Amino acid sequence: MTRERRVAADVAVLAALALYATPLLWQLLTSLTPDATIAAGAWPRALSLEHYRVVVAQSPLPRALGNSAGVALIATALAAGLGVLAAYPLARLALPGRRLIMLAVVLSTAFPAIATVAPLYLVVRALGLRDTWAALVLADASFALPLMIWLLVGFLRELPPALEEAAFVDGAGRVAALRHVILPALAPGAAAAALLTFLFTWNEFLFAYTFTATEASRTAPVALALFPGVFEVPWGDIAAASILAALPPIVIVIVLQRHLVRGLLAGSLKD
Amino acid sequence: MIARGERRFGLLLAAPALLVLGAVTLYPVAHVLALSLQRRVPIFGVADWVGLANYAFLTRDPAFWNAARVTVVFVIASVAVELALGVAVALALHRQQRWRAIALALLLLPWCLPGVVTARTFEWIYHPTSGLAGAVARRLGAGAPNWLGDPSLSLAALIAADVWRTMPFVALLCYARLLGIPGEVYEAATVDGAGRAATLRAITLPLLAPVLLMVALFRTLDALRAFDLMFVLTGGGPAATTETLALFAYRSLFQTLHLGYGAAVSTVVFVLVGATATLYLAAGRADATR
Repeated sequence: MTRERRVAADVAVLAALALYATPLLWQLLTSLTPDATIAAGAWPRALSLEHYRVVVAQSPLPRALGNSAGVALIATALAAGLGVLAAYPLARLALPGRRLIMLAVVLSTAFPAIATVAPLYLVVRALGLRDTWAALVLADASFALPLMIWLLVGFLRELPPALEEAAFVDGAGRVAALRHVILPALAPGAAAAALLTFLFTWNEFLFAYTFTATEASRTAPVALALFPGVFEVPWGDIAAASILAALPPIVIVIVLQRHLVRGLLAGSLKD
Repeated sequence: MIARGERRFGLLLAAPALLVLGAVTLYPVAHVLALSLQRRVPIFGVADWVGLANYAFLTRDPAFWNAARVTVVFVIASVAVELALGVAVALALHRQQRWRAIALALLLLPWCLPGVVTARTFEWIYHPTSGLAGAVARRLGAGAPNWLGDPSLSLAALIAADVWRTMPFVALLCYARLLGIPGEVYEAATVDGAGRAATLRAITLPLLAPVLLMVALFRTLDALRAFDLMFVLTGGGPAATTETLALFAYRSLFQTLHLGYGAAVSTVVFVLVGATATLYLAAGRADATR
């Protein structure tokens, strides 16, 4: 195949993928189209940021974005912390019942949230945590934990077994070896796992919708689902709100793609 | 006693995570099972043990059987189309030589979005008078379909939206597997005079098979559990044509507030997920020993 045809084939694949992404691009275009043009069903002559101004100044979305960021960051940190502590002995120490625990971890990644949401709701209510960040952080972090442990165990097993032995020879204790030798070596894998957890937590809807009641704790997906429209549906504003709610995942896919893909493949292509 | 110290240290480290896992997986499942054996209507202060009455009612409830049928159609159609499309995209990506990062970013955009964003996006695409899908249909002379309002189109419209957001996952995993096939395998096939179709059938697809089986498992489990997309896009309507078991369970639990009945439906979803996982794992084992 000649060079020109090669380039043409590559461009054709890119064009096909861009065509596939049309629904999202269409939403982006709608978010930048003035209301009058949307109502007329016309192609926009001029783009405007009016919908974004409305969403930022007059809708509950900014607060919801803050809630989403807070909940997702704290839940990810919590899951990562607990995950590292559990994954280390599961991967590298003689832990009793290790195989059984790993089986339980794998099975819990398949848990349907709909089967656990009712009892968790009763617990959240009984603890007085309804409509708080804490309820969402606890539910999201624990729901993300199995995948986190699974990924980290995989990454830890890839590290050479001599790693902590060398540290022991140098007189380091177990905690010191974990902190100064294992954790730095695990960092890239842990970052990939955390990225995936952050993405899933940011996107989570069922718990967020069920455990929240007001703007105090509603996350971006919930605010978008409940986006107010008084007399008619404000399609342009909804489109702008959609783009804003999708921004962190989009940034992750574009900027941190390598880490994201690493996490996705590690979670799926290992047996 | 190094080994004993190591064990104790390991248990100490793992204990918090294991406790949390037990608290949010084992406990809720036990609680849901218990709830499903009760008649619980909190607003009327009703809480009685009724044994298997909820399950007995389930078998006679047309709304349950409708949800079961919708779920089966949704899962099978959605997963089948995703797999076919995903393999095709992976093959195209595999031949890509330049701008692979851009291609992957474009591919993963639909996958990374919150389900609610996808729902809101497709709600607008499917708008009966102003939607993009309608404009394309009119241009093709297919009239002006009311995608989400017409009971004969709504489930297909929902499946299309679900395929759109999940196909990239299938494509990515298949693409990664294709990258792992050594080039010599293909060179040998070319030397042997195999054409492109023969190479695809005899080499590529068999090598992809184990990954496809696993992806099919992940996707089937996700499709069984899916909630956000249909909850926001169709809410189960029109006339319950898109009401899956997860939606039906949610409606019973939190809208009609029949906790016991909703718990019984949740248990059915849970059992379906477990049965699916077992089935696929057995198929995988049979595949590995062959």
